[in-house]
Amino acid sequence: MSAAQGHPLRRMILRRLLIGLFTLFVISVLVFLAVSLLPGDIAQQVLGQAATPETVAAFRRELGLDEPLIQRYISWIGGVLTGDFGRSLANGRPVAELLAGRLGNTMFLATYAAVIAVPFAVLIGLLAALWRGGWFDRTANVLTLTAISFPEFFIAYILMYWLSVRLGLFPSIADPGASPSLGDMITRAFLPALTLVLVVTAHMMRMTRAAVVNVLGAPYIAMARLKGASPWRVITWHALPNALAPIINVIALNVAWLIAGVVIVEVVFVYPGLGQLMVDSVTNRDIPVVQACALIFAAVYILLNLLADVLAIATNPRLLHPR
Amino acid sequence: MLLDIRNLKVEARGEDGWTPILHGVDLQLDRGEVVGLIGESGAGKSTLGVASMGYAAPGLRFAGGEVLLDGTDLLKLPPARRRPFRGHRIAYVAQSAAASFNPAWRLLTQFTEGPLIHGTATRAESEAFARDLYARMNLPDPDNFGLRYPHQVSGGQLQRAMVAMAMACRPELIVFDEPTTALDVTTQVSVLAAIRESVRDFNLAAIYITHDLAVVAQMADRIKVMRHGREVEEAPTRQMLEAPEEDYTRSLWAVRSFRRPPRVLPEDEVPALRASGVTAGYDRGGDVLRDVSFEVPHGSTVAVVGESGSGKSTTARVITGLLPPRLGQVALNGQLLPPRLADRTREQLRSVQMIYQMADTALNPRQTIRQILSRPLSFYRRLSGKAREARLRQLMEQIELEPNLFLGRLPGELSGGQKQRIGIARALAAEPDFIICDEVTSALDQLVAEGILRLLSRLQDETGVSYMFITHDLATVRAIADRVVVMQHGRVVDSGTTSEVLDRPRHPYTAELLASVPEADPDWLTRRIAEGAG
Repeated sequence: MSAAQGHPLRRMILRRLLIGLFTLFVISVLVFLAVSLLPGDIAQQVLGQAATPETVAAFRRELGLDEPLIQRYISWIGGVLTGDFGRSLANGRPVAELLAGRLGNTMFLATYAAVIAVPFAVLIGLLAALWRGGWFDRTANVLTLTAISFPEFFIAYILMYWLSVRLGLFPSIADPGASPSLGDMITRAFLPALTLVLVVTAHMMRMTRAAVVNVLGAPYIAMARLKGASPWRVITWHALPNALAPIINVIALNVAWLIAGVVIVEVVFVYPGLGQLMVDSVTNRDIPVVQACALIFAAVYILLNLLADVLAIATNPRLLHPR
Repeated sequence: MLLDIRNLKVEARGEDGWTPILHGVDLQLDRGEVVGLIGESGAGKSTLGVASMGYAAPGLRFAGGEVLLDGTDLLKLPPARRRPFRGHRIAYVAQSAAASFNPAWRLLTQFTEGPLIHGTATRAESEAFARDLYARMNLPDPDNFGLRYPHQVSGGQLQRAMVAMAMACRPELIVFDEPTTALDVTTQVSVLAAIRESVRDFNLAAIYITHDLAVVAQMADRIKVMRHGREVEEAPTRQMLEAPEEDYTRSLWAVRSFRRPPRVLPEDEVPALRASGVTAGYDRGGDVLRDVSFEVPHGSTVAVVGESGSGKSTTARVITGLLPPRLGQVALNGQLLPPRLADRTREQLRSVQMIYQMADTALNPRQTIRQILSRPLSFYRRLSGKAREARLRQLMEQIELEPNLFLGRLPGELSGGQKQRIGIARALAAEPDFIICDEVTSALDQLVAEGILRLLSRLQDETGVSYMFITHDLATVRAIADRVVVMQHGRVVDSGTTSEVLDRPRHPYTAELLASVPEADPDWLTRRIAEGAG
């Protein structure tokens, strides 16, 4: 028995990793196909209607568009695996270089929002579970639901109007410019981060509350009360550890969204993140950049979900400490 | 007087307002005294038990009366001032230790929680006391026992660990709420012994709640009988056992006397069911069953007994086809049954039916009784329309439930006994040759269980169906079975007619099982301990 200890967990992680890699492969094929099947000829689009057929044909050759689909996929994915995402069609710079700065900005904004939103949402969820049915619970529910019901650009403009235009506390344009200090970045990205916090809090808070309340009917909760544990201790020490799996999953989904789904907020606040880059590249038909962004977003979702799965297993003593 | 509960009234929240469930009950308890609360489920025993801690479960409220602990009325205190009593001066031992230990924490961490909350000991002192108590409770490797998680420990050990946890703050009073009901008889003896010893050693007062008369007779100085939230009567244990005053008490005492009239079974060559050399196990695990062989003659009841983990339910899974055996075979009426469920014909599926222990979870809560019973009628008997409705009514009459009243109801609107009757009707609807009854009465009160046993006997006389009756309760075996198969560690250790096996036990394990069944004699446990059990 003891020789097998830890094995189930390790095997599970390994299996999830393999499934994740496979999913990533399928997504890369889909992304590639979707982009290739876009209507119109890319070379024609890039060069414009005025280009002569010879120039278009030459450009097609240069892009490798005259080769069969499978070969093009293999050379693209081969490049990606060695860190070469190709060159941007718009300005000829390597895509990897373009992405590097943008990815950093996106990660900064996502981390900023997550560091505020996750503890905040879990705390509000726990308090709502503690005082379920009371005024705090109801108020928290109404406010978070209101926040999630508004489109994010609406929240963004409201915040911009009050905190930036009327009160002048924070800048409305979040572009940090070249080599800003950390303090600068925090002030400048405050409004987009706050917008994102308001959008993601509801989901995580409601799941925290629901998962904890769901556990409160268990006999070991009654036992904790009969041992004289205070209501707050019952919620945090007895209920929360047994309600972590669904909470972790929802947190992972929301953090993934903070990285991959914030296009609108980035555009509204002119924040130079990946989302904005992707939108610009779609308009410019800058195919290599679009593909790279899509692949990165997919990888973020897969990695965070994998992490959530592993954490959910690691917080379950039945799996962590087999008989 | 340690505890003085006066005229206590408790109400439950229902669909139309609050309905009383305790109608003014008194309970007095001196230091070092043990009072037993006995009655069927819904009598208000547990509600009264936890009320002594000033606690009402969610959905319940105190509607009057006093709970005086050493003269302090707990009900007059605000919640924050009741907490210092709970776990500290009054502790609680729950029915299912498996469900009442928090699965996320080690046993020792949960032991020290109370002392740390109430400030009665430091962590180190408390851990030392835990090791001492684990040793007293005969738990294996007491020094490291507490480092385990609840799921790593067996049910009987967990229940003893919970008794130890209740004593962590050295309370004056412990409420034991059916602490051995979920255990099988051999395990029960050791837990009962552990409880009685600690109650004596620490001069504890205790409230002992159970529906098993024989158990309460071992533990209590006084017995209070309850029914429908009222006290029926109260008297010292011996007096209560020998001369109960109320009819209801006498009916409780008489339950165990049900015996089926002896029958002469027709001799036949081919039994209804024959299992030969069955060896089976799960996934890549070891063998759970080893070379299991037995027969169930036509129209007879064969009881399969043994403690939990002995392979009783696994045998049922092999017969139903849910678990194909590694070796051996199962024959019905002389015809081999395909090992896998998927390979069986509809006729073969029809001929083997099953009744489950938990009628609660075995019936779809979203379907009416009519829908639940119609399914096997359409699937196996291809009945529809008027013919099906007529059969439905006939089935309901067979299980003694009024068709007009019950067919439209949902399982949630039925009592435990009624739900189990629906489970029986569902099995009968297929008109099977063979029914597996898996602990069908162990979740029921004794009075209700007796009704189910009588019903099953009558149905067998009427239809000639054969039963395999899985149980760990030997009283049930004596009441209903023609033959007995005794299982231990996945093997058949003894089998024969009921009187052959139980009256003069040939196998030491059978003898131990028999000796572990509590008797309604207050000296029984003392004798058992003296004989070296536990």
